[in-house]
Amino acid sequence: MTAVRAIGDPVLRLDGVSLAFGGVKALNDISLDVREHEIRAIIGPNGAGKSSLLNVINGVYHPQQGTITFRGKPRHNMDTHETAALGIARTFQNIALFRGMSVLDNIMTGRNLKMKASVLEQAIWFGRARREELANRAKVEEVIDFLEIQHIRKTPVGRLPYGLQKRVELARALAAEPSLLLLDEPMAGMNVEEKQDMCRFVLDVNEQFGTTVVLIEHDMGVVMDISDRVVVLDYGRKIGDGTPDEVRSSKAVIDAYLGVPH
Amino acid sequence: MLYREAGQFKSTYAADSAILPIRQDRIGLALILLVAFVVIPLTATPYLFSAILIPCLILALAALGLNLLTGYAGQLSLGTAAFMAVGAFMSYNFILRIPGIPLLLAFAGGGVMAAAVGIVFGLPSLRIRGFYLAVATLAAQFFILWCLTKVGWFTNYNPSGVITAQPMVILGYAFDTPPEKYLLVLSIVTLMALAAKNMVRGNIGRQWMAIRDMDVAAEVIGIRPMRAKLLAFAVSSFYCGVAGALFAYAYLGTVEPEAYNLDLSFRILFMIIIGGVGTVLGAFLGSAFIVVLPIALSTGVAFLDSTLHLNVPSSVGSNLELMVFGGLIIFFLIVEPHGLARIWQITKEKLRLWPFPY
Ligand SMILES: Nc1ncnc2c1ncn2[C@@H]1O[C@H](COP(=O)(O)OP(=O)(O)OP(=O)(O)O)[C@@H](O)[C@H]1O
Ligand SMILES: [Mg+2]
Repeated sequence: MTAVRAIGDPVLRLDGVSLAFGGVKALNDISLDVREHEIRAIIGPNGAGKSSLLNVINGVYHPQQGTITFRGKPRHNMDTHETAALGIARTFQNIALFRGMSVLDNIMTGRNLKMKASVLEQAIWFGRARREELANRAKVEEVIDFLEIQHIRKTPVGRLPYGLQKRVELARALAAEPSLLLLDEPMAGMNVEEKQDMCRFVLDVNEQFGTTVVLIEHDMGVVMDISDRVVVLDYGRKIGDGTPDEVRSSKAVIDAYLGVPH
Repeated sequence: MLYREAGQFKSTYAADSAILPIRQDRIGLALILLVAFVVIPLTATPYLFSAILIPCLILALAALGLNLLTGYAGQLSLGTAAFMAVGAFMSYNFILRIPGIPLLLAFAGGGVMAAAVGIVFGLPSLRIRGFYLAVATLAAQFFILWCLTKVGWFTNYNPSGVITAQPMVILGYAFDTPPEKYLLVLSIVTLMALAAKNMVRGNIGRQWMAIRDMDVAAEVIGIRPMRAKLLAFAVSSFYCGVAGALFAYAYLGTVEPEAYNLDLSFRILFMIIIGGVGTVLGAFLGSAFIVVLPIALSTGVAFLDSTLHLNVPSSVGSNLELMVFGGLIIFFLIVEPHGLARIWQITKEKLRLWPFPY
């Protein structure tokens, strides 16, 4: 499968990124790159700084040091709605859906940047506003079909079981047609079957749309199966980086994280 | 009358995203509009127009404005009446100072000025939320009324502060009888409710709800919280401003600051709590409820008084009103935070399935 996809040059590079909350160093001098079309996993024990790393990439947190280079443009920090406009989408570790809205509306918000009609046009629901609404609805239906959630389209998200909520959150991210997708523990708390579905979706997204994926995951089996390269964090430091096999056999990683030698 | 959507399949996304996708709802709305535009004007008494229907519609419009801000965008405001006052006073000044300005343009101008003031007082929402934002809007309530009272220009240096509203004339036709005023108010409110419904089912409505439900996630998908919140303040205040102008011109007949006190702000807030936070229908249900309830209570008390000769002191009626309001607010906040509109929706869902439980 990996042979079919042509992994390209780095699209995202972090150089010497450090982020501290008071005395806590969540990220300590992190450098890494993510290549076009690859699936890049981030692993590490609890509190290692994995979520913080995603938050730095899409601009929720601003690092104190380092540079982030996205598509050739280096910058000190990213800005959230700018990263959205640049084609970076993400899901959250704790589900961050809009609870008062239906599944369909949640996914439609993912396309807000594609809709340009002014408030006045929307108020009279005419011309551009109407056209945009229908065209984007059609796109959203494609995502709904892709993730196989047709049956819950009109359900308020709050009423859905956990596994489906995670899937709707992925749908909202995919609706933006991102070129870089950041997934924070998309399979946490799922049963085996749900995990398999989610793995299949991530692989399909990567394969069919060529989307680059950065994925945080605790399940080692999943990580070893689907990722091209793995970064290992521990206490905010990078202690390993390479293919799943390289990481698995690295002494530092085994000591710090895996605990038992394989 | 069966309330079923079975057999009504939508073959296009346009049909599915229509304002009322279910046929029975469309028929229901058509009937309501028929009654409102044809039957009522032919049958209602002047008292019904002036004491119930007109204030009901105008306050529903203000409640709708507040609901866009509080119910949809999640920004609590206690300054509703002050934004209404801006609309009323600015409409008055437009008509006074720009000879020949069309009436509707003056009302819209009042709305636009209210929107501008709304944006200014919405600025704190970028930093603070919830209780603290409510206090900031409370400051708007007092500051704006103080300005309207103290700065003579607004009242055209009228010593009493109570100004008689100019007559409502559109294209040479004077709207001065109760049914005429009612029809004018009804037309404006219907159009603005339709526009509100369009906004909340479109991109901007989803942005507001996204900010309300989870602002970090909203930002991450590209929504700008600042823009969305200030737009909510602007649109909401525009609605309140137009409602304020209608309140002065079609209901009170006078333009005076005292009519727009904190009490009115709270009454409008209660309307959306009772009617339903975050629904367009709720603004109308809540307004009808709060306008009709005191009248129903005092009629009830008077009736008991005269039949049973209880000699109820006159203060009982108004105290009873406060108690019933208080009780209802607490009931709705605890038991049904989505108000009457939600109760109506649940009834519809039950009807859709009736008589089968599944
Ligand atoms: N907003 C914040 N304020 C203060 N400290 C924070 C904040 N976010 C993260 N931290 C701290 O930074 C460190 C790294 O947290 P992070 O959430 O990135 O870890 P993680 O690897 O995602 O862990 P987990 O596997 O539990 O999700 C932790 O010590 C955490 O307490
Ligand atoms: Mg985490």
